[in-house]
This record gives sequence, structure tokens and C-alpha cells, in this order.
Amino acid sequence: MISQFFVLSQRGDNIVFRDYRGEVAKGSAEIFFRKVKFWKEDGQEEAPPVFNVDGVNYFHVKVVGLLFVATTRVNVSPSLVLELLQRIARVIKDYLGVLSEDSLRKNFVLVYELLDEVIDFGYVQTTSTEVLKSYVFNEPIVVDAARLQPLGPAAIFMQGTKRMPGTAVTKSVVANEPGGRKREEVFVDIIEKISVTFSSSGYILTSEIDGTIQMKSYLSGNPEIRLALNEDLSIGTGGGTVYDYRSSSGSGAVILDDCNFHESVRLDSFDMDRTLSLVPPDGEFPVMNYRMTQEFKPPFRINCLIEEAGQLKAEVIIKVRAEFPSNITANTIAVQMPLPKYTTRASFELEPGAVGQRTDFKEANKKLEWGLKKIVGGSEHTLRAKLTFSQESHANLTKEAGPVSMTFTIPMYNVSRLQVKYLQIAKKSSSYNPYRWVRYVTQANSYVARI
Amino acid sequence: MAPPAQSQRSPSPSQPSGKSEVSDLKLQLRQLAGSRAPGVDDSKRELFKKVISYMTIGIDVSSLFGEMVMCSATSDIVLKKMCYLYVGNYAKVNPDLALLTINFLQRDCRDEDPMIRGLALRSLCSLRVANLVEYLVGPLGSGLKDSNSYVRMVAVMGVLKLYHISASTCIDADFPSILKHLMLHDSDTQVVANCLSALQEIWSAEASTSEEASREREALISKPVIYYLLNRIKEFSEWAQCLVLELVTKYVPSDSSEIFDIMNLLEDRLQHANGAVVLATIRVFLQLTLSMTDVHQQVYEHIKAPLLTLVSSGSPEQSYAVLSHLHLLVMRAPYVFSSDYKHFYCQYNEPSYVKRLKLEMLTAVANESNTYEIVTELCEYAANVDIPIARESIRAVGKIALQQYDVNAIVDRLLQFLEMEKDYVTAEALVLVKDLLRKYPQWSHDCIAVVGNISSKNVQEPKAKAALIWMLGEYSQDMQDAPYVLESLVENWDEEHSAEVRLHLLTAVMKCFFKRPPETQSALGAALAAGIADFHQDVHDRALFYYRILRYNVSVAERVVNPPKQAVSVFADTQSSEIKDRIFDEFNSLSVLYQKPSYMFTDKEHRVPLEFADELGNLSIGEAANNVVPTQMVEENDKDLLLTTSEKEETKGSRNNGSAYTVPYDGSSTSVFASQAQIESAVSNPTLAGHSPQASFAIDDLLGLGIPATPAVPSPPQLKLNTKAALDPSTFQQKWRQLPVALSQEISVNPQGVAALTAPQALLRHMQSHSIHCIASGGQSPNFKFFFFAQKFEESSNYLVECVINTSSAKAQVKIKADDQNTSQDFSTLFESALSKFGTS
Repeated sequence: MISQFFVLSQRGDNIVFRDYRGEVAKGSAEIFFRKVKFWKEDGQEEAPPVFNVDGVNYFHVKVVGLLFVATTRVNVSPSLVLELLQRIARVIKDYLGVLSEDSLRKNFVLVYELLDEVIDFGYVQTTSTEVLKSYVFNEPIVVDAARLQPLGPAAIFMQGTKRMPGTAVTKSVVANEPGGRKREEVFVDIIEKISVTFSSSGYILTSEIDGTIQMKSYLSGNPEIRLALNEDLSIGTGGGTVYDYRSSSGSGAVILDDCNFHESVRLDSFDMDRTLSLVPPDGEFPVMNYRMTQEFKPPFRINCLIEEAGQLKAEVIIKVRAEFPSNITANTIAVQMPLPKYTTRASFELEPGAVGQRTDFKEANKKLEWGLKKIVGGSEHTLRAKLTFSQESHANLTKEAGPVSMTFTIPMYNVSRLQVKYLQIAKKSSSYNPYRWVRYVTQANSYVARI
Repeated sequence: MAPPAQSQRSPSPSQPSGKSEVSDLKLQLRQLAGSRAPGVDDSKRELFKKVISYMTIGIDVSSLFGEMVMCSATSDIVLKKMCYLYVGNYAKVNPDLALLTINFLQRDCRDEDPMIRGLALRSLCSLRVANLVEYLVGPLGSGLKDSNSYVRMVAVMGVLKLYHISASTCIDADFPSILKHLMLHDSDTQVVANCLSALQEIWSAEASTSEEASREREALISKPVIYYLLNRIKEFSEWAQCLVLELVTKYVPSDSSEIFDIMNLLEDRLQHANGAVVLATIRVFLQLTLSMTDVHQQVYEHIKAPLLTLVSSGSPEQSYAVLSHLHLLVMRAPYVFSSDYKHFYCQYNEPSYVKRLKLEMLTAVANESNTYEIVTELCEYAANVDIPIARESIRAVGKIALQQYDVNAIVDRLLQFLEMEKDYVTAEALVLVKDLLRKYPQWSHDCIAVVGNISSKNVQEPKAKAALIWMLGEYSQDMQDAPYVLESLVENWDEEHSAEVRLHLLTAVMKCFFKRPPETQSALGAALAAGIADFHQDVHDRALFYYRILRYNVSVAERVVNPPKQAVSVFADTQSSEIKDRIFDEFNSLSVLYQKPSYMFTDKEHRVPLEFADELGNLSIGEAANNVVPTQMVEENDKDLLLTTSEKEETKGSRNNGSAYTVPYDGSSTSVFASQAQIESAVSNPTLAGHSPQASFAIDDLLGLGIPATPAVPSPPQLKLNTKAALDPSTFQQKWRQLPVALSQEISVNPQGVAALTAPQALLRHMQSHSIHCIASGGQSPNFKFFFFAQKFEESSNYLVECVINTSSAKAQVKIKADDQNTSQDFSTLFESALSKFGTS
């Protein structure tokens, strides 16, 4: 049970404010914003998603730079409220196509209408876009998606590959296309976030894949869909989640540690042939989340060397090697490395003929940054940096710098080898042949090499 | 340097604040009000939007009330909705104007479109104006009977709203019983869910004054209702499922086969993508199996994978909520998670609040087999750029060392920290080495060699400096230059700002003096002189004391200041496991995130009803005399009101052959209250436990009751109790504080009674049938605590009872307080007879 719901902009303006029970004073939004902004004096620590000020519990989630906040005085389930906030953001996005401060401001009456149906007197009524459709009458004012940074995992498909219908994923579930007719299509995205930690000798200390099969349906009449996954997929590694890198290598089977499913998913034949059947509700939702600690080949190898090069000087060499096929290209790669505190200057030397790369030394937090627009599979890139120190270093340099961390996106590639073998849509008529998009992407979650 | 927190909301051009805009709007609305021109609805929409946007940013547009109502005569549903929103917002502050809206809202409640009926009814109930309630009853009554489920759904919430405006109107109209009927018969699950929410709120609020309501509240967790809801659980929305699951947590199954049925039914809920559903399910599982040790353990194994999956899917905020719960479970049963330690490794991009939880979990799960890897990982974090986390990591290494696993290797690591030459690392490591030496004096040689190399000039933090000085004093015989280091520290006495450091310095110089007098004499003189001249009272006093005791007798001084020390075996834990248990009882709530039981952060009236632990929380707050309770006091009260850590741990330990579900706890809290000590000895000392029945017989003998040797059922004496006794919790607390203990005894509980205690409510009902009423209860197997009261028939003389039942020893410790001391003996006999019949009837 929540008392209030509001959305604040980055500057702390109320974009939407709804009081459901009148138990929390009106000034709560200001109290909340002040607290979040100045959580710790040094500004180093982020406020936790839930905190209590004078008996009022504040919950917040950050979505596209906006703060979605709920308050209550009751000792509720935090998961429920945080999940709800996230879901409200998703419903609004389904309606508006694009979730942003601008689109919210333009559509706040519609948002109020949604909020009235989602929550009544603090109790959740429904968060299903499908159900809400019959209660909500405002038409969304669609914001030009091209000018905006879109939200969500779908956004990553908009760069790089030409095959993607870029704007389609940002269209509203309810609004009609300019032509007045809706295109029948369904998107299935297999998104994998990988975490790898390499030891200083390049050995993999930990690795994990957190994957999700995301679906967004624009199909009319809610036909049933069947999704077939790898037949050799198995779930649960028997003894639980022991990290074992030897047992499964080379066997080709995909072993998930665990997974969970959206409530619309029926698992009748899942045990038999690894098929999920569902009648997709409108809007975007995760069909399945999964987690894997089975061994996989990390897409990048990172080598880093830091050594003294004379008095008050040192040299850093970072090598990144792409270990995926050459028909695949990673994009928006960023490599970061904290340098010793007493570094005053860094001069960079890129490999000859390097294009689309940029380097930076962040004086304030003593960080080296190296950005690459893209990396083609199989290639290797090197960065050399000469450092100048303000004091002599006594200790081991490797203890003063690092670790190297990396972020990237690799479209049309997934490390787990989990696949959607086919996507079957129950036919309404012989001419009914909706567009189906099955897309894969791998992203770095925490990709770290120690030095 | 944080900038001053001003002007977060500098007015942007789109956010006017002036009054001219409002009066402008007023004028335009008036023009449109009567108009029937085509397109007028569109212009109205634009105006309404403006009004609501002003309302959102906090501009007072209540002066437009009249105009808004006038414009609301429209068939455009979008316009209506905006108007309802506006009216709902301002009706409370303009009750007179709100009356204007009643007419059109009531009319809309009879509209033929169910959407309009529902909307109007919702708005009507949202007015929150007390003098308008008479207009609500009619529309609500018909709304509850509406053929459309949307209208019924709205009407049910409307009843709850009405209750909050005017409870008596709601009760008089008999709405709760209509809701009850709907809850069990409506075809729409959301209507059912809303009925459940509304009834829970209404009956809990009523229960304090009405016995019927508290019976109804109990009835919500009766078998038929629970089964009815459970059997339909998959038809409910995910949010309503959470509601049902929360209710099921309070249900007490009659036997284990029922428990397994419920668990099998809910098994697949663990695979739900919504974390709230999964956590609610886990809570049910944990609660149901509390008294079934093996199954409880299986549950832990079973929920591991779903929890870990939830942590890694979803937004960072959601992961945090789940991770906090995982943290709680790990702290309770570290050994279950010891092979999953890699999941608790920190990722560089995680926020500090997540890293902190993970560090604690890593510390907890460390055991013989994984310590090496965990400590290696922690050492990586020690060099982290995030300094607070680096510090925590070093402390974590220290804690693991103090847990005794493979101390050897860890000491080496700690010593490496000292060589890292980062001031904060050195500081933390010094403090740890000191603690380590207090526990493992045998390591002194290795440590001292390294510590001796640290220049005291590089140590600035008071805690670290104090640690270093302590070691200099304690091990001055092994550290070549200890006297000289101390001497130079004494020389800089005036520059030392921390009184803590100066105190330590005094003591260290004394110790050093006893070991190496010639070298230290001058330093000691200087230290004492500086100390006596010190402006800080404590420092001054200590210096003066040392000076006088030295003058009196040096060997006495040595015995006082530097006696042989025993190694510390366990360092005190910060949180009592009493508190931890309380938090565990409140699984899937904010208590877990805040790591505090709910009574510490919620006001009385917002506590979730139906929660026994909560009522107990109420009680303890009340007992602390003032309503604003400092944490310390509450904790002490807790100890008084509930069972302590130690006894729980010990009893659990003895039951589970030492493989308890618990965190290694602080043994120092054993030294508490008498009654607990009794239980403890009863548990840990079988001879005494065997002896106690005779003790209670002895009391019986005194009463001249002549009781047969085995299961004693004394015949009730001539004391008559009021069957309808009433006492509110605050009076109870007051009396409990004021009255002395009239009687204190131990009563045996028969085995059937112990078995029936798996459902503590059963005892409450049983005692109630003997006119003894429970006011609060709590605890979990094997220790349960109850507070009862009773009243003399046709007299207002009260009896208060504190009863602690230990199910493993089948004994109850009873303390009785009475208004009329003379009859307390009679009451005690009556109480004993009632208790001993428990389970047999």
C-alpha cells in the first residue's frame, strides 16, 4: 500500500504528483529530493533506493534520468513497491512510445489517467497495458523519437546494424501510425549482460551471464506464440551453482543455473521440447530471465601493463583483443583505468591509422579513458600512455592503479549460445504473416581485468 | 564541498507562478461553461490541462472550483476524468464547494456506461469530506451490487475510503459484511483482492474496540478462506497474489501434510519474474517450516537459485531489495551459502550500499574451504579507488581472521596491508592487528616486527594511532625503540587533538615504564606532567590517578595498570540476535532493508495489523515510558520482554546438534535477567530441568492441594474470572511496570500442549476459554513468550502474566503480577490448571 506517487525531473521538478491516501504531507517531494541529492556530504555515495525520513518511507527508481518515487508510512514489501515503480514506468512507455521528461510533460494528463487506474487508494489494481487500454481514453501525443535518447534495451539496436527498423521499437502500443493502420509485428530480443573478472595473469576468476528474452508485441487480436529454444537446454547444474569450468566445455549444451518466467508463459511442453507458449499481452515484457555461470568464451581479452619509466614517470600499455568472429562488430567500447593518485599528466599514443578512437585523462578522479567506436571481430587494439607523477612512488605500481574495466555492446552475438530456434505465431488467415524480429545482443555488465 | 541546497526548482518558462494566469483561466472557463458550440470540448480540454498542470507544479488553482464544476457537464470522458482529478484534489480544502459536485457525481453514478459509473463513484469517495458521507452510502451500496466488475472493484475501494472518512457510517451501513460476501463469491479476482485489502484494514482498525471485528479478523486466516484463495491463486494478478501470500503467512496449518500441500501448490510461484511474488512465497515457506528443522533447511537450499536470479535480473533498485533479503538469509545460515561465495563478489560499478551488503555476506560465509579465496578477493578491494569500500574490505578481512579460520595466512595479508603505504589502509590494518593480538597473543612476534617499522608520523587517524600506541605499550619489551617512540609522542603532547589517543598514550607509557624503567622514566615524568595539566577532564584524572598510585606503591600500580591479560575469545556483536530474529519474522518488508524491526521506524497507527510480533513491538515501545524512544532503551526493553539471544541459540544448538541456523553470536550478552538465566540452565543443565517438576509440586504442596505425582491437573479454586475482561495494551504496560512480581514459578507443559504450540494462536484460544486473555505474544520455536491478563469476576482487579514456554524442555516460566496480592496464589493455581489442560482438551 503506497500513499503517494510522483515523478521528478533531474532538477527536482514535479512532473506528475498523485496523492492516494493523504497520509504523507505535501512537501514530501522536496524532502525526498534534498535527501537524494545530498545523501552524503562528499557526494560520493548514492542514496539507496529506499530510505526513511521522519517515519515516511521513500522508494525510488531511476528511469531515463527521471525519478519515479512512492511514499508510504506502512512497513510494506520493498520489492513490491520497487517492482511497481518500474512497472509504472514501463506502462507509461508502452503508451507514449518514448519515455522522457519531454514526453511525460506533454502527456501528463494521460499519465494521470493511467495512474488512477493502476492504483486506487494506494492498492495496485492492474499494471497490464492490455487491461488498461479499456479504461484509458487520452490519446498519446507522440514525441519525435529520432531526437531523443530512447529508453530500454531496445535502444541498443538502433546503432550499427541496418537490418533493424529503428523507430519501430519506440512506437506507442496504442497510438496509430500516421497512415492510420498498424503494422503487425513482434520483437523478440535476447539480451545478455556479461560479467567477467580476469586475474592479473589473465585467468578467469568469475564469470556470469544474466540474460533476458524480451518481447514487445504489436500484434492485433493477441494470437498465441510459440518460442522454441535450444533442445539441449538444461536448467540447474545439479549441485547448485558451483563454478566448474572443465566439465561442460566443448559439449555444446547450454546449461542455465536458473531462470524465471513472465506470468503469461505456459510451460506445458517446456520439459519435453523446450518450447514456451504464450499469448503476449500488449507492450514490452520479459518472457524469461536466466542466469548462467557455465563457462563461455569471453568476447574480449584485456592485457594491461604498467611500469616505471624513469624518475616520476611510468608507462601504461593496454591491449584489447576481440575474440569473436570477424563478421561481428562490437560498438561503443569504453575502457577505463584508475591511475595512481599522484599522476599529474598522461600523454597518449594510439596505434598508427587508428580511427574513431578517443582518449582522455580525467584529472579530477585520476582516470584514464579510452573510447573506441567499433571493434571488428578478431582484431586487436593497443593504447600506450605515458604518465607523469608528482611524487616518487615507493610501493608497487600495480597496487596503485587499476583495475581495467570495459563496457561494450555486441549486436547479433550472444555468448551463451541460447537461441530462439523458431517463433511461431498462430495463424488467423492464410494472408496473415506478421513481421517477426529476433535479435541478439551482448553487453558488458562488469567486465574487469586486474593488473 | 556540497553546494547549498537552494533553488532546486528555479521556475522555468513553462512553469508560471503568477496569479494573473489563474484569473485568466477563470475567465476563459466561464466563457466556455455555457457554450454548446462545436469544438468546445477541445478548447475545454486545453484549459483543463492547463489547470491540472498548474496543480501538479503546486500552484493553487482552488479558486477555479466553481468554474471547473460548471464546465463538467459534458459527455466527453477525457474531460470528465480531468475534472474528477481536480475535484478530488481540492474538495478536502473546500468542503463547501465540494457540495456542488455531489449532484453531478451522483448523477454520473447512475450513468449507463459502466466506465462513467465507476469513475464517478471513485471520485465521489475520494472527496474526503466528512459532512458529505451521507451522500456516499447509497451509490456505494448500488455500486457493490453493480453488474459490471469494474464498478464493483471501485465500490469496494470506495467502502474503504468511506471507512477512513467516517468509520461509524461504514460500519452502520453493514458494508464489511457485504465485502465479506463478495470476497468469497465474486467472480472477478480483482474485486476479491480489493475486498481482502479493505477488510484487513477495516477489521484491524476495529479489532481494538470490537470483539466481533477481532473475530472477523481471525476468520480471514481460517482454513476455508485461505484454501479458497489459495486454490484460485493463479487467477489473481501478480499484485493480488502478493496480497494472498501475505495472508497465508499468518495462517497456521494444523499438521505437516497441510504444510506440504500448501508448499507444493505454491512451488511454481518461485519461478515468477516478479520479485515481490517470489519473496512473498519464500516468506510463506520459511514461516511454515519454522518448526521443521530439516524441511526448513531444504527451503533454504531451494530458494537460493531463484533469489540469485532475481538479484541479477531487473533494475539495480530491485536487485538491491532482493539482495537485502538474501543478506538476511546468509547471515542466518551462512553455511548454506558457503559454496556460493563467488556470487557475493563485488562488481566495480555497483553502488556502495550493495557492496557493503556483499562484504558482510562474504565475511559470513567464509569457512575453512573458501577463506583463502575470499580473503584474496577482499585484498583486491583494499586497493580499490572507492576508499570507504576499501576500508570495509580490510575490516572484513579482520573479521574473518577473528573467526579463526586459517589465521596464519590472514595475518600475513594484514601485515602486507601495513606495507602498502596508503594511509587509510595502514590505519585500518593497525586497528585490526591490535584486535587480532588481543585474541591471538601468540602472533605478537610476527606482528610486532612489522608494526615496529611503522613511523607514528604516518599514522594520523585517532583510532589507528591509539591502536599503535596500545601495541607500543603492550609489547614494549619486544620493540626495541618503543620507549623512544613513546617519548617523542609525549613531546608532541600539545599537538595531539584526540583525547582518546592521549589516554592511550598515558597508559602505554606506564606499561612501558614497568617493563623498561630506566629508558622510560623521563618520558613517564613528562607524560604525567602533561596529563595533569591537560584540559580534558578524563585525561587529567587518569594522569593524576597514575601519579598517586605510583607514589603509593609501584608494584600495586603495576598490578592495576598492567595485569596479565587473558586473550579475548569473542568480540561483542553489534546487533543482538533477538533483533535479528524479529527482523526475520518480518521477512519481505522494509525491516530487512533497514536492518531494524518495524517498531523502530513506523508510528503506532501505521503498523501492519495481524502481526503478533508487531503487537509485541507496540508493547515494548510503550514500556519505555516516553513515546520517543532512543534505540538503546528499546533494545533493553526487548531483552526484558523477549528471550535473549543466547538462550535461543543454545536451545537451537542443542536441538540441531550444533548445526544451528544462526550466525556466530556474541556470548557476552548471556549475563542477563534472572528468569532467562533460569531457562538457560534448565536447557543446558538437564539435571536441573529434571528437578524442576518437583519444584512446582512443592508449591502445590504448600497450597495443600495433594496432587498425584504425574501430569498435575490441580482442581480450580474458588476464584471466578470475568469472561469478558478487557484491558488495553497501554494500561497493561503501565500496570506491568508498576506492580511487583507476586509469584514466579515454573510449570510443566504436557507433550500434547507442546505439539499444539506450533500454532501459538491455539494456546491463546485455549486460554481465552479459561477467561485468560492474551495481550501480546511472540518468539519462535523453541521459545515462545506470551503476556496474558485476566480480571476478577465482577471486580476490576487485574492479573497480569508473563509466560515463557520452552517447547524443547516442555516448561513454562510464569511471572504473575496482581492488583490484589492476596488472591494471586489462587489465580496462579487457576492459570496452572488452565495451562496444563492445553492440548488435552
